[in-house]
Order: sequence, then C-alpha cells, then structure tokens
Amino acid sequence: MSLLNITAVELGRKIKAGEVTVAQACKAALEQIKATEKELNCYVRVLDEDVIMERAAQVQAQIDAGELTGPLAGVPVAIKDNMCTEGITTTCSSKILYNFNPTFSSEAVVNLEKAGAVILGKTNMDEFAMGSTTETSYFGETKNPWNTEHVPGGSSGGSAAAVASGECFYALGSDTGGSIRQPASFCGIVGMKPTYGTVSRYGLIAYGSSLDQIGPMTKDVSDCAAVLETIASHDSKDSTSFQREDYDFTSALIDDVNGLKIGIPKDYFGDGLDPEVRDAVLNAVKVLEEKGAVVEEFDLTMVPYAIPAYYVIASAEASSNLSRFDGVKYGYRSEDFNGLHNMYKKTRSEGFGAEVKRRIMLGSFVLSSGYYDAYYLKALRTKALIKQEFDKAFEKYDIIIGPAAPTTAPKLGDSLSDPLKMYLGDIYTISVNLAGLPGISVPCGRDKKGLPIGIQMLADCFKEKTLIRAAYSYEQARGAFDVCPAQKGVN
Amino acid sequence: MAKHYETVIGLEVHVELATKTKIFCSCSTEFGGAPNTHTCPVCTGMPGSLPVLNKQVVEYAMAVGLATNCTITQNCKFDRKNYFYPDNPQNYQISQLYLPICCNGHVDIEVDGKEKAVRIHEIHMEEDAGKLIHDPVTDCSLVDFNRSGVPLIEIVSEPDMRSADEVIAYLEKLRLIIQYLGASDCKLQEGSMRADVNLSVREYGSKEFGTRTEMKNLNSFKAIARAIEGETERQIDLLEDGKQVIQETRRWDDDEEYSYPMRSKEDAQDYRYFPDPDLVPVIISDEWLNEVKSRQPELRDDKMIRYEEEFGLPEYDIEILTGTKHLADLFETTNEIVQKPKEVSNWLMGETMRLVKEQDMDIEDISFSPEHLATLIQMIDKGEINRKVGKQVFEEIFKEDIEPAAYVEKHGLKSMNDEGALRTTIEEIVANNPKSVEDYNAGKKKAIGFLVGQTMRATKGKADPGMVNKILKEILDQ
Amino acid sequence: MANVITDETIDYVGILAKLELSDEEKEQAKKDMANMLDYIDMLNELDTDGVEPMSHVFPVHNVFREDVVVNGDTRDKILKNAPEKKDGSFMVPKTVD
Repeated sequence: MSLLNITAVELGRKIKAGEVTVAQACKAALEQIKATEKELNCYVRVLDEDVIMERAAQVQAQIDAGELTGPLAGVPVAIKDNMCTEGITTTCSSKILYNFNPTFSSEAVVNLEKAGAVILGKTNMDEFAMGSTTETSYFGETKNPWNTEHVPGGSSGGSAAAVASGECFYALGSDTGGSIRQPASFCGIVGMKPTYGTVSRYGLIAYGSSLDQIGPMTKDVSDCAAVLETIASHDSKDSTSFQREDYDFTSALIDDVNGLKIGIPKDYFGDGLDPEVRDAVLNAVKVLEEKGAVVEEFDLTMVPYAIPAYYVIASAEASSNLSRFDGVKYGYRSEDFNGLHNMYKKTRSEGFGAEVKRRIMLGSFVLSSGYYDAYYLKALRTKALIKQEFDKAFEKYDIIIGPAAPTTAPKLGDSLSDPLKMYLGDIYTISVNLAGLPGISVPCGRDKKGLPIGIQMLADCFKEKTLIRAAYSYEQARGAFDVCPAQKGVN
Repeated sequence: MAKHYETVIGLEVHVELATKTKIFCSCSTEFGGAPNTHTCPVCTGMPGSLPVLNKQVVEYAMAVGLATNCTITQNCKFDRKNYFYPDNPQNYQISQLYLPICCNGHVDIEVDGKEKAVRIHEIHMEEDAGKLIHDPVTDCSLVDFNRSGVPLIEIVSEPDMRSADEVIAYLEKLRLIIQYLGASDCKLQEGSMRADVNLSVREYGSKEFGTRTEMKNLNSFKAIARAIEGETERQIDLLEDGKQVIQETRRWDDDEEYSYPMRSKEDAQDYRYFPDPDLVPVIISDEWLNEVKSRQPELRDDKMIRYEEEFGLPEYDIEILTGTKHLADLFETTNEIVQKPKEVSNWLMGETMRLVKEQDMDIEDISFSPEHLATLIQMIDKGEINRKVGKQVFEEIFKEDIEPAAYVEKHGLKSMNDEGALRTTIEEIVANNPKSVEDYNAGKKKAIGFLVGQTMRATKGKADPGMVNKILKEILDQ
Repeated sequence: MANVITDETIDYVGILAKLELSDEEKEQAKKDMANMLDYIDMLNELDTDGVEPMSHVFPVHNVFREDVVVNGDTRDKILKNAPEKKDGSFMVPKTVD
C-alpha cells in the first residue's frame, strides 16, 4: 500500500514507531507532486527538495531524541498562500504580492512547526481568498483532482486539491464565507472552520477580519481533530483570539450520537439545491438517526439574507484591509507612473485582479459618505438578526446539518462569467461566518459524474467537540471514502 | 463704513502621550533614532500583522478627560479612518469617530481678568503617522515609520474662542493640565503638542457661523497667534470683496505669514470610517474609572491654594513655582527634606531661574536632584559653608548635579568655624596692616572693610563674614 | 428598485480606492456594482429597527498590552521587501506638502 493512502495521524504513528522515516514521507509526497502537480496546479510554490529534506532530517532527529512526540511530528503539510511563512514567498495568489517574503510566520504555522510539521509548499487560492473556485488566482487555476475539467472549489482550492490528490498529508485553509468547507466538499475531504477566535489570525493576510478563520483540511475527522488541537491557541498578538478551556479536541473522537439533537433547516433544502446533493445529505442524516440521533426539521428564515449582508461586510473590510498594498513597503510597484497618486493607482490597478477590484470598489462604495448607514449598518444589523436566529436554534439542537454547497464542483470557467451566481453558491456556508460558528464538511457521497458531495454540520460557538463527535460517528458508519483517482498516479 | 467682524475659533489639539511604547505594538516611542529603527510589522503595516492596544494609553486619555471635566465613555471603540498617504503604512489610521473615550468637557481660562469656559466636544485616542523627508538628490520622499503608531489624543474644542489671546490661554491651560498629569510633555516645537486651528469670521451680532477653514503646521504659540491674525484678515478680505470662504484645510507658512490650501483633487476627504474589526471594545467599569480618579495628581489650581495655606508663600512665588509641574515637583521634594519653604522657593526663583535664563534652556530641562539642593541648604543653615560659597556650589549642582557635601570636602570649601584659628589669622592681618588700624582708630570706621577683605582672601572665602567682623571689632576696640 | 451607477460614482470610487479603470472595465464595473446593489437592497425587506449593529460577534472586550518595550531594531527586516529604499527609509515619489 502506498504511503499516500494513509492519514496524517496514521503516518505520524508510523514515523514515531520507526516504520517510516520523515524523509520517506516527504519523498512520497514530492513524488506525487511530480506526478500530478503539472496538471492540478495545487501549489503556488513547492519548496526546494533540499530545503524540505533538511527540515525532514531536523524533525527526524528531534523525534529520535524524544523531543517531538505529538501526533503530527514529521508529517508533511501544505499551507494556503495567505498565511505568512518566514522566508517563504507568500503571495495570496496575487500579482501585487508576487515577490513578498514575510519576516515572520503566522501563529498557526508556528504552532504546526513546533509540533514537528514539515512544510512542502504554499497552496493556490482565489486571489486574496475572494472567490469560490480558485480560478481568480494570478498563478492560474487549480483543477479538481477527481475530474480536471472541474474546479476544486475555493478559495482554499489548492489546499483541498493537494490533500485529495495526496500532494500533501493535510493542509491549512482559511474560511471567510465557506472557503474551507466548500472546497473540502468539492474535493471529497474533511474541512473545518473553527469558532471565530479559536485559531490566531496573526500572520493571516486579512480579507474580512471579522469573518476570517484558519482551519484544518484533512483526509478524515481524526486528522481534523488532531490538526485543530495543534493550531488552536490563545495568542496575545491577536486581540480577537480567545483563551479557551478546551483545546483537547481529539478527546471528542467518540463514536456515539445517541440522543444527539439534530436540526435540519428546511431553508437549506429548497430551490437551487441539486437533488443528488440533497439525497446524499439526507441519507447521511438517516445514518446518524439510525445511530440514535434525534432529527427534526426547523425554519432558518434568515439564510437568504446572509449573502447580501456578507458581501457588504466582507467587501467593506477588504477595501480597507487591502489598501496597504500600494507599492510602497512591499510587493509589486508599477514600472511606469507619474507622481505619487498615479503610482498608487497604476500599482493597484495592475496588481489586483478583476474580482478583487470588484470587491474593493463595492466595499469603498458602501462605506462612502451618504451610504454607510443604508448599507454597512444595515448589514451589521442583519448580522445581529442572523446571530439571534442561530442562538435560538442552538437552544433546541446540538448540531444543525445541511449541504456544504448547493451543487457539486462546477466546470472550469462556468462561474466567473456571472459573479452574482457564484456568490449564491456560498448560501449554506456564509451565515456561519457572520455568526462566528464552527462548521465542518465531511464527504458523504458522489454524484453521477463521480464528483464528491459534502455534508455540513454546524454547532454553537465553542462546541467543536460536539461537531467532531457527530462527524466522527458519521464517518465510522460511512466507512472509508473513495480514493481520489489522481492519487493513484504513483501506485 | 467697514463692517465689524468677529473671529470664531475652535481647536483640534493633538497631544503625544508619554507612554514608553506605541499605541498598538511594543516598539519604543523614544525620540530620535535612525529612520525605521523603532518599527515592527505592526507599525509598518506588514501583511498579517495585528494591533493590540496599550492599556496606558487608555488610562492617560481617561486622566486628561477627567481633568478637563469630560464624561468618560464607558463603552468606547476604535474606528478606521481610510485615506492613502505614504506616512500612513496601512493607508488607514486607527482612530475613534463613533464612540470617543471622552466628551462634553470644559477648560476654564482667564484673559484680561475675564473668566471663560472653553467647551471640549470630545477627546479621542489615535495613532500618529510616520515622517516624510524630501530627498533633494533623487527628488523623492523618504518614509520613516519611527513615529508611526505613537499614541495621540486629539482634544476637540467647541468654537468657543474669539481671539488669539483666548486660544493661547486655552492651550497654556491644557498644556499645564496634561503636564501635571504626566500624560505628555506637550512641547510644541518638538511636535508632542500640535494645534490645528478651525477659524471662521462673522459680523458681530450674527448668530450663524461663517464658513471655516482648518489650518495646520503651527509650531509655536507665536505662529498660532500670527496664523489667527493672518487667516482672519484673509477671510475678511474675501468677504469684503464679495467672495466666499471655501471650507478647506490650509497649511500655514509662518515665514510668509500666509496660509495655502493643502489638498489636491486626489483627496476626496471621505474617510469611510468603520469600526476596526481587529480591535475589541474598551469597556471602562466604574471601578476602573474610580481607580484612575483616585490616582489623579493634584492639579495646578489646587496646588496654588495649598501653597498659600500650607507654606504661606507669596502669590508671586506660587505663580512661578506652579507654572510647570517640574518646578513644583522640585520645590516639593526639596522642601520635604529641609522644611523651609521660603528658603527653597528663593533658591528656585533666584539662582535656578537665573541659570536657566543664562543658559537659554527650558524649565523642563532642569535636571539636578532636589536632594542635592536640600543638602546644600542644610549645609548653609548649619554654617558649614557660607552663602557665597553656597552659590558657587549650586552652580555645580545645576550643571553637573554634584553631591554638595563631597564637593565641598574635595575642594576644601568648608567654613572656618574654629574661632581660635580665625582669631590667630586676624591678629596676623591686623599686625601687618598698621595703617588700616590707625585709620580705624582715627574714626574711619570704613577701614574695617579692607581688613575683612584681607581676612576673606587669606581664608579663601571660607570664613564666615559675620564672625570675621565680630573678631576684628573685638581686637580693634581693645 | 434598480440601482444605476453613474460615471461620476465610478470615478469617485476609483479615487477613494486608488484604482484606475479602462473605459471597458468601467462599463463592466458600473454594471457589476449596480447588480450587486440591487441584490443587497434585498436587506430592505428586513425590519431592523431597534436592532443594534453587530460589529463583533462575541462580547469580548478590554484586550490590552502592558506598556513595556519589547521590540528592538529590525530595520533590515522591515525594509527587506521595499520596492525602493534609501538611507534606511522607504522611497516614494515626491509628496506635495
């Protein structure tokens, strides 16, 4: 059996047991990268083999010396390219940061490295995480490893495709409106957005600061829990980071949903939902019901309002967050300009892609004089109503279940022509970010074309453990998920 | 006949707080330093960096608010002010618009014997910008972020002032209050206190305000006074010519004594304020507020009353001693030790001020230890040195902050208080100057002065002149 | 209600956001923004009277730093990525001031 078929935690166990060396694990991933990367384009940058092997040797020595004992020691990882990595170019898949070399690493990456992670490279994404297909990247689109005519989802599409194809053993993604859960669903892997404030945002290049959250993208729920346990921390450098009581997420890997109260929002199963996706998700719910969960339908009427509220808030924050990219301190500067303000304009117009410009302009507009109350404050009030509705739902239910996305992965090129249509694809994921909730996507089937379908489970804030238990129980009942065809490349 | 105009002025005063670190990162706020040596990812706007608020900034802002009779906003937030400029690394400034930390205060001033309250609209916390230096070689600008992120409070007054005198009185009062609180050194020249002047003119009796302009770049009280005069004139000229004043920001050129418009069409002045999602609200509990209140130092007005009641000092002394917190502190610490208020006051008002003037320095820059002055006063008091030697030693204290006892010992300046030894010396001098003795005996009592002088020379000034006089008379009158 | 975005509005937003669009891009931007605003206007269906705008999801407050200098001189790192620099400073086109 190829090393690539095993999970991150299994690999970690084998490394600790001396059955596999860190170098062998890295070589296996690098070979897979050689075989499939040209076609898939999961990475913006794969590190030099020398650099990877040197780090592998260093980690191996620490493992041998008994200094590194965690479950992920020695396991190769891929990092989404919006997380700063010291000394490794970090671009957000944008021309404007094409040469940006951070002088510090994001806290989540530091936490991984402390646990003995070996970084393979930086994964492709929608430019500045704005998009749902990984097609807006300056470095070309990533393709879905299940079918390369389709998108991998986004914005963490590179991370999702890399995990699915075996080009890494697990990856970090970021989720502002579904950017972990939706590509996880499209690529047949597990992806989790933790409660806002659980993983430090320090070093994450901000898109929508009040919504952004880093999370694990993994082969199964056990890996997800182990990665979350490693990256979550209270960070005094991030004012919005919380000191939590429970960081032992792996302790929730319990196969038991007896008595668990599951709410099914009718509004998640209405118009626009692909019947194949609907059936797969409802079948998964049935599995949990058979294991003793109590299932009930309910109304979540605010769902449709989440998308407009999200685009106002995220675009407003983005317009401000991205103003620092101006050709002065780092990144791209236009070659040809006339004076300071022209330098700003040329640099930014040449440096940003169409989708980013669209959102910066929308965000600047909704904050501008005369529109702030009508758009921005209205959106913040809507956000409050959405939060209230979830609070009420979680008084009754332990978890809420629905699809991660209305369809399986669309074909390349189909989404970009109509931005609004693409935005509507985020309908099931977006409200979670507005309310700060944790959400997980777990593969639950494939459509006729063979593309994966994901079930999304949501829990109340700080209830990741409930989520992990439910997802783990479902996964145990489901059995092993199909192996992605791309992964067989080296078999 | 020419119309009569009234000038209406409101001030926006920026004060750099005396914290050790910047408002949102742990970089030093120290002045000087080579460009960009006091910077980090946060205050240079590096991607991925995040701000964390310095607690001391909040406490200083609260202290100033309390001292200026403001209401403290117990639930305040930070907002982003968005505009592009290279001294602003994120291209937004973290400031407060919607919920500033203090509002509705007032400061009482007195001009020409008339008292008046200048209302304070609000005080908010914000970060300072970096510095731009024009490089003549490349004709480009160089950006230094050492000042970027230094904490400021902006004190916004209502348009309550009507003359340059009132403006100066208000600024001086503010400066004293803030210096007393230790919240800032408030030096206009160094930019730790900066005032932007909002000015409009209107006909006397009019209830409506005229269109105002905002003037920046005012680096001294004198420049502020000149700018108010210049801008008033400019606006009146416009109105007299039937033209309109345009609401705009203008830069005062103190050499030309004229203001110029500052903004280009690229500055829309639409700052798109919104709550900064990277920072959480600041909630000030009653407990915290009371704690800060209880730590408030005595301000000048109270101190003046106490100096009169407790020390019985003359009004003139009190005026000068409390004129800066630094001098008042020197006075109090010294007096604590020696318990001779008038004597301490005399040293500070006399010798100290003389040397300050002589060396053309700021009172703030007086750096000697009050303990040394106290020791000096005690030595004179005990007759260990005479007053003349005392002044000489004080100069050394003022300049080098020497320890007076050791200094006197080392330089052999101790008074000759051994009457026997002094009598021997004087007897010698009397024997060697028969002419003077003769003159004295002939009734020329002044001749004794010469003999005193001779004695002082012989003792290198260490003899107590009183004692010398006494002994001389005893010998001569025998 | 259909929103119409004028040339003036797009030019104004371009000044605010420091973006310079070609005529073609401008036409597209006008259309995109109008469509988005039409869609966003859906929020007007909601009665939000008396609802406090929610900027932070959780009631976390008073996150502070103590006033202690920790950072030293890291100028070389800070300037490492500068497109143009001189004399330990970032270099930009002349500012009018």
